[in-house]
Amino acid sequence: MTAGNEHIGQAHRRGNALRHLAGRGRFVTDLALPRMLHAAFVRSPMARGRIAELDVSDAAAAPGVVRVFTAETLNKTCAPWTGTLEHFAGMKSAPQNILAEGAVLWAGHPVTMILAHSRAEAEDACELVLLDIEEEEAVVDGDAALLDGAAPASEGIDSNLCFRTVLETPGLDDAFASAAHVVEESFTFGRHTAVTLEPRAVIADFDPSTGQLTVHQGTQTPYQFQDVYARHFGLPESKVRVIAPDVGGSFGMKLHVYNEEMATVAASLTLGRPVRFVADRLESFVSDIHARDHRVTARMAVDAAGTILAMDVDDMTQIGAFSTYPRTSVAEGNQVIRLMGAPYRMPDYRGRLSVVFQNKVQTSQYRAVGHPIACAVTEALVDRAAEQLDLDPFEIRARNLVADDAYPHVSATGYQFEKLSHQTSLAKLRQLMDYDTLRSEQAELRRQGIYRGIGIAPFVEITNPGAAFYGVGGARISAQDGAVVRLTPGGDVQCAISVTEQGQGTETIIAQIVADQLGVTPDQVKVTTGDTDTTPSGGATWACRGAGIGGETALRAGRRLQAQILAIAGAVLQADPATLALAGGAVIDSGTGRERITLAEIGRIATYRPDTLPEGCDNSLSAVQHFAPTGYPFDFTNGIQASHVEVDIETGVTRLLKHWVVEDCGRIINPLLVDEQIRGGVVQGLGPAFFEECLYDDMGQMTNASLADYLVPMAGEMPDIEIAHVETPTLDTILGAKGVGEAGTAAAGAAAMNAVNDALRPLGARISQTPMTPLRILTALGHV
Amino acid sequence: MKSPKFDYVRAGSVADAMTAYAEADGDAVFVSGGHSVVPSLALRLQAPALMIDLSAIEALSGIDLRDGWLRIGAMTRHAQAMTDPLIATHAPLFAAAAPFVAHPAIRNRGTLGGSLAHADPASEFPAAALAMRAELEIASAQGIRRVPADDFFVDIYETAIEPGEVLQAIHVPCAVAGQMVAFDEIARRRGDYAMVGAAVQAVSAGEGLQDVSIAMFSVGNRPVRAASAQVALTGRALDAPAIAAAQAALADDLDPPDDPQFPASMRLHLARVLLGRVLAKLETAA
Amino acid sequence: MNIEIALTVNGETVRETVEPRTSLADLLRDRLRLTGTHLGCEMGSCGACLVMLDGAPVHACLVLAVQADGQKVETIEGLNESGHVSDLQAQFHDRNALQCGFCTNGMVMSAQALLSDNPRPSRAEIRDALSGNYCRCTGYEAIVDAIAATADRRAGIGETVE
Repeated sequence: MTAGNEHIGQAHRRGNALRHLAGRGRFVTDLALPRMLHAAFVRSPMARGRIAELDVSDAAAAPGVVRVFTAETLNKTCAPWTGTLEHFAGMKSAPQNILAEGAVLWAGHPVTMILAHSRAEAEDACELVLLDIEEEEAVVDGDAALLDGAAPASEGIDSNLCFRTVLETPGLDDAFASAAHVVEESFTFGRHTAVTLEPRAVIADFDPSTGQLTVHQGTQTPYQFQDVYARHFGLPESKVRVIAPDVGGSFGMKLHVYNEEMATVAASLTLGRPVRFVADRLESFVSDIHARDHRVTARMAVDAAGTILAMDVDDMTQIGAFSTYPRTSVAEGNQVIRLMGAPYRMPDYRGRLSVVFQNKVQTSQYRAVGHPIACAVTEALVDRAAEQLDLDPFEIRARNLVADDAYPHVSATGYQFEKLSHQTSLAKLRQLMDYDTLRSEQAELRRQGIYRGIGIAPFVEITNPGAAFYGVGGARISAQDGAVVRLTPGGDVQCAISVTEQGQGTETIIAQIVADQLGVTPDQVKVTTGDTDTTPSGGATWACRGAGIGGETALRAGRRLQAQILAIAGAVLQADPATLALAGGAVIDSGTGRERITLAEIGRIATYRPDTLPEGCDNSLSAVQHFAPTGYPFDFTNGIQASHVEVDIETGVTRLLKHWVVEDCGRIINPLLVDEQIRGGVVQGLGPAFFEECLYDDMGQMTNASLADYLVPMAGEMPDIEIAHVETPTLDTILGAKGVGEAGTAAAGAAAMNAVNDALRPLGARISQTPMTPLRILTALGHV
Repeated sequence: MKSPKFDYVRAGSVADAMTAYAEADGDAVFVSGGHSVVPSLALRLQAPALMIDLSAIEALSGIDLRDGWLRIGAMTRHAQAMTDPLIATHAPLFAAAAPFVAHPAIRNRGTLGGSLAHADPASEFPAAALAMRAELEIASAQGIRRVPADDFFVDIYETAIEPGEVLQAIHVPCAVAGQMVAFDEIARRRGDYAMVGAAVQAVSAGEGLQDVSIAMFSVGNRPVRAASAQVALTGRALDAPAIAAAQAALADDLDPPDDPQFPASMRLHLARVLLGRVLAKLETAA
Repeated sequence: MNIEIALTVNGETVRETVEPRTSLADLLRDRLRLTGTHLGCEMGSCGACLVMLDGAPVHACLVLAVQADGQKVETIEGLNESGHVSDLQAQFHDRNALQCGFCTNGMVMSAQALLSDNPRPSRAEIRDALSGNYCRCTGYEAIVDAIAATADRRAGIGETVE
């Protein structure tokens, strides 16, 4: 029998939100363990140099200091790590270890670790470390880094080219030769960073008496870190437990391997006591991964009717001195060149990617990996083509978006789309934003010297990856997730699952899904996440797989348990299980709906009176299920966004008036959570479009590495965001959910850039660099 | 981001504070609201042996009228500047500037005296004080002196306050009939330090604008009096040509720093735009 | 040097001996284990550490524990138990105006202060009042909605909670 859908699709509120509202969150930063030591690091003040002298004797003797580690004393405890994957053919990166040995390779590279009774004392001792570095010329610019004779950004590499690849369809040159119009533009996408409000935090607790390492870590991916710590420190996997309690934001940033976390584990293993490292905000800016930092040159060929024929794209991205581990720093560029033009029928394409080393903080996967760049480039060119052809932005997109009945469809870059809803979404957006009224208002205001702009951007979002992302390249990153669903002796339900919660509502949707399989309410389902000892193994939460893969896992586990409960009920009631169903916390007669026996009674009998059940009846009251997608290598969602802005053409300041999103994430499990994911994602797209940028000087120093100087999007500047949905479930799963976490971020910046350029168009100005700062807008306008 | 160690004393009087400073051989820092000092300590930009807390000194509090001046105690919080009726009447540029200063919680704690003594050239209150032709009351071992705002702001984070001296109060000339003020700034985000800011005060008289006082901020190493722009407006009706003349004159008044992220030409451009807008608001206010 | 201080925290008198450099936030979190006050930047930019000091929100990272001697501090734990913000909390919950929860303490403090100063704020005034509270997760709109709805209900408008 099939389960009901009483709770899936409903706007259930998050139970765990109540803890936070009461001040009862439990973050790693809140945890204090007996005998715990606090870590601080001495970091390289220079982007590139050689350690000439390092004397830690004064620091070691400072009040409160328990131990000082340098590369010499700490790195030997850890097998080096290398951020390459086999499916990125030819990529290279030097091996890394915990503390800088000989060379320092970015400003912020940790050199010395100090452990003291308090963080303040550890910081005091940092000031006593004598560190003398012979400064060397840093590699700061990606183009310069590729010139002949450029010094390598790290040791043991022969050039600064980490990876290069080209995708090309056979018809590309013909497409451009036959085009009625070719539009072309160069883009710069600034480097920015996650700025989770809770910084990275880890407490490693090694108990030498049992050989057990417990790591409390603010991360999305506890199992990945269990594997990393076991392998790199030579521990049996069963002796490594990683616990991720409440996590104060992650967004992809907290699933990479960092020097400081490895140092914290190494120090605890060495000292046999708990060691805590919590990055302060200054450290976050020079050690959390950065993202983007792409320069793209792109052109688009269109015919006289406005049909997009081809795109030709060259992306150069700058990733720091190493490729990150274990997911690499190549994945973003790889997605940039493969997502170009994805919503369109465009038959031909060439994409070239160069991934380049430099002496800055590493870049790697952060929310909506590659999407904002591919989307902004594509949509800017579509708008330029529309301008050339004197077509409305909606019209040119209507002519080119893949038709809703044309699926399955394969993009020019080889992406396979199961079923998307671009045309429906486009029409829905037009209505949602009252486009025609906005256009007439815009024209009226222009006569008054007010420059408003409207920009739209369709997008696709990659979700639910199987092994195609990382596993095929040799990374030990789980493609599957696992769930154990149990009925307690008292008739409650518990679900332990490998997908994790960072506030997006994972536990709530899992409870909704399981509740529907077992005929209970979500409140009756206790969901456990984030602990490698108490949940089954799995990939956890990244690339929008929590709902699609985690949800499907929970659904299937719930159905297994449902079958077991019905079998027990059938035995107890002397009834055919096929005539029974679960609802209202009980087994019911599926024909009449009449209650036959409560779940509590099933729990009681199976637990306390199994002797009354027939021989061989499964009375475990638990079901385990692991699930990995087996159909498409990954899913795609789609949608479209619109931005309405007003540019003050005298000051270059842009006011965000309104933002709209039409989104198709497949089956919606919880609209309240889905909308909040979209809104938060939009703001993480608008932030780097207007404010966020890691600024570096030509010596490789980040010059705005504090929260006073790095501008995050705040309430005062962000617009209201109106959302509508189209629902096209994937048929790859029973649940049909595709995921939604990155959709908002994918296209917000693209819509905003088109809106700003729409506002500037009457003045003959254009901007193609993010963030779109007042300086850049005034420069485009010729005022500076 | 933990501060280095220091000792702490809560001074009961200005004299006690100055004595404590002397006894520490000057290796001390005064703190009022602490919203400039505490972050700079957390960043380990300074490491004084002693922190002398001025916040309990009664003589630094209070707002009252004395001899045609409004005396504002240095310990007056930013939030008070937004609500105090005497400040609204006689020091209206403080009231106008306050909502632009950081965020509500900062304003609950930050003090006017602290802000002026810190003398951040991008900060609002120093420019407001300059535009209102305020005088700063400074206590030293030798006694009390009053320094006009034009002489008070010396350089970035540097004022006429000598080491060991205490800023006690701000004196603002009482408002006169026909006085108009306007304040505005251009910032990236609400509450950020301004890219450019302007505080303007003038008296509307029959024969045109008089006593024009313009202070621009975030345009140099201290709040800058736009003397040429003042001249350009004085005696004229506040019309478009007069505003244009004042905007043009700013080139003589300002010599903004040049930075790749913020070229001097951009600051000058924004200063002109902002001055035009602020003067237009002045007109409306009249 | 260590200094003995006495302050009222959530209605309880607390006596502690602290180094002058100890921030109020570190005192609350590390000594009193009131971990609902969060640290996001330690320089007054993010608003995660807001507490009520003598009734008005301040950054606990910018106030030294010694400066709070003799004063009344109320943290999110105290505000929660007092019941004074139960309507705000309910609106935040209903509208999912928080995700990771790290900013929530500061948002509630700012909202409560705003509504006591200005019981009927406009949306723009709400956004302005939150201008020093960073949230990376939500997109702010739900927070604005929750505060606006609380204002309405405190004014007797729109009693039903959807």
